[in-house]
Amino acid sequence: MRRYLLRRLVLLVPVLWGVATLVFAVTNIIPGDPVDLMLGETARPAQREVLRKALGLDRPLGVQYRDYLAGLLRGDLGTSLHKKRPVAQLIAERISASAELTLAALAIAIAIALPLGILAARRAGTGVDLAAGAIAVLGASIPVFWLGPLLIIFFSIDLGWLPVSGRSSPLSLILPALTLGTALSAILMRMTRSSVLDILPQDYLATARAKGLSERRVLWLHALRNACLPLITILSLQLGALLSGAIITETVFAWPGVGRLTIQAIAARDYPLVQGCVLFIALIYVAGNLLADIAYAWLDPRVRLD
Amino acid sequence: MRGNTSIRAGALVLAIIIVLSIGAPLFAPQDPFSLNLAEGLATADWDHPFGQDKLGRDIASRVFYGGRISLMVGFAAVFISVLIGGVVGAVAGYAGGAWDEFLMRVTDVFMAFPGILLAIALMSVLEPRVGNVVLSLSAFGWVGYARLVRAQVLSLREREYVVAARAAGARPLRVVVRHILSNIISPVIVEASFGMAGAIVAEAGLSFLGLGVQPPAPSWGAMLAEGRDFLLIAPHLTLFPGIALALTVMSLNILGDGLRDLLDPAQKR
Repeated sequence: MRRYLLRRLVLLVPVLWGVATLVFAVTNIIPGDPVDLMLGETARPAQREVLRKALGLDRPLGVQYRDYLAGLLRGDLGTSLHKKRPVAQLIAERISASAELTLAALAIAIAIALPLGILAARRAGTGVDLAAGAIAVLGASIPVFWLGPLLIIFFSIDLGWLPVSGRSSPLSLILPALTLGTALSAILMRMTRSSVLDILPQDYLATARAKGLSERRVLWLHALRNACLPLITILSLQLGALLSGAIITETVFAWPGVGRLTIQAIAARDYPLVQGCVLFIALIYVAGNLLADIAYAWLDPRVRLD
Repeated sequence: MRGNTSIRAGALVLAIIIVLSIGAPLFAPQDPFSLNLAEGLATADWDHPFGQDKLGRDIASRVFYGGRISLMVGFAAVFISVLIGGVVGAVAGYAGGAWDEFLMRVTDVFMAFPGILLAIALMSVLEPRVGNVVLSLSAFGWVGYARLVRAQVLSLREREYVVAARAAGARPLRVVVRHILSNIISPVIVEASFGMAGAIVAEAGLSFLGLGVQPPAPSWGAMLAEGRDFLLIAPHLTLFPGIALALTVMSLNILGDGLRDLLDPAQKR
């Protein structure tokens, strides 16, 4: 296991370097001058020069890249042009809100997907299975930026049960988490159904039943445990959708997380902040995938030997 | 059988959406750009079956015309992604060795950007034009196809008929195009139908965030963003573009499911 971990960590270094380089390239090499975008084409040359200097764009590209990488190694993501504060600090302040939303969405997705997926597998081919399949297709097809407003109309405006937006009380978390977790729950449910269907005819489950275990114990303890492996794969594959979905969900619900900060930074043309946020979200994604791989290797020794 | 039913259902709904979008000049009840401030936010009537937006424009007409943008961007982004991903995957899988190693590390880097994050980053520096939206969606869209094509090429590279073609003196390009790519088209088609659904949602997402197609051009995402400000008093502004978007995505997903069941029975469940 230690060897596997070490190999995975070593392989991560070129990926992280590549990610940092691509983020730098997006904001520095692509045709189009950030100064033009920030000031507009009518700005005076003197104004442009001041901003160019403030952004460090007056230096040769190679020097900018070297300083950028050196800064990253020190944990320095630069300074926000708009808020005049270190980018790393601004992101750090928003992490807890984003983590809260993403974890709550994940919990909701699992809480919906596991029971429904198992139920659909046990009643495969019946009306219950068809209904669960239809719900899954519907859930996976509704984009978060439409589901969010629909939930607001129903739960906040019509029923008045939940806050429309913001993060003022624990109740504020429910709608954004439900919005973000719905698509994931649909995909997880289909995968749970498929995995449980694969496992149900296995001999060891017949043995467990023959020992006199209740059907509930057989399903939840024996079947689901082995159905977890493909679920981890799906979770790691869906982490990307969850993180990018969070950017939009945070915008819909004015949730003060890193995603909303990214969109606010783009609107304010605050490129150091945009760069920092994009890099941070990509790093979280890479770390999440690494954790999923480790969990997979831990649960299934065959992966380590591959 | 289930595959066929899914294909028929998905294709039928998608065909209706395509016809209504391409034929928007024929089917749209009004000019999608025509302003009527006095009737801003009005609900449905005979002349405006989906109601009117804040500027009094006909929502039904804008939904029909918006479909053109969504479908065009989705198709173009998937086409370019398949093209780039196909070439990268074929070279990596067939050439192997250092080429494979290099190209796969490049895909690793692109895969480190979750969902539409790279497109968001690109659109933050590019002008919000349709062409740039297609470009930014393709910039991350190609990776999945590259991985898929590489895996398929690897599995076919040493098959007897491919070895025979090589032994007969066929050049690498001919072997790859004629003997390998023609045999891996099915999984690529399945992936492309899901990919198009993803690209359409991503385009709408970028427009929703103000980074995609700009007003007054009718885009479903931008219409949803505009409607968000009037949720309390005019929920119909978000209802109809949302239904159009969800129906399009759902039909593509159902079509993809059906195609997968039909073309790749091993995956069927």
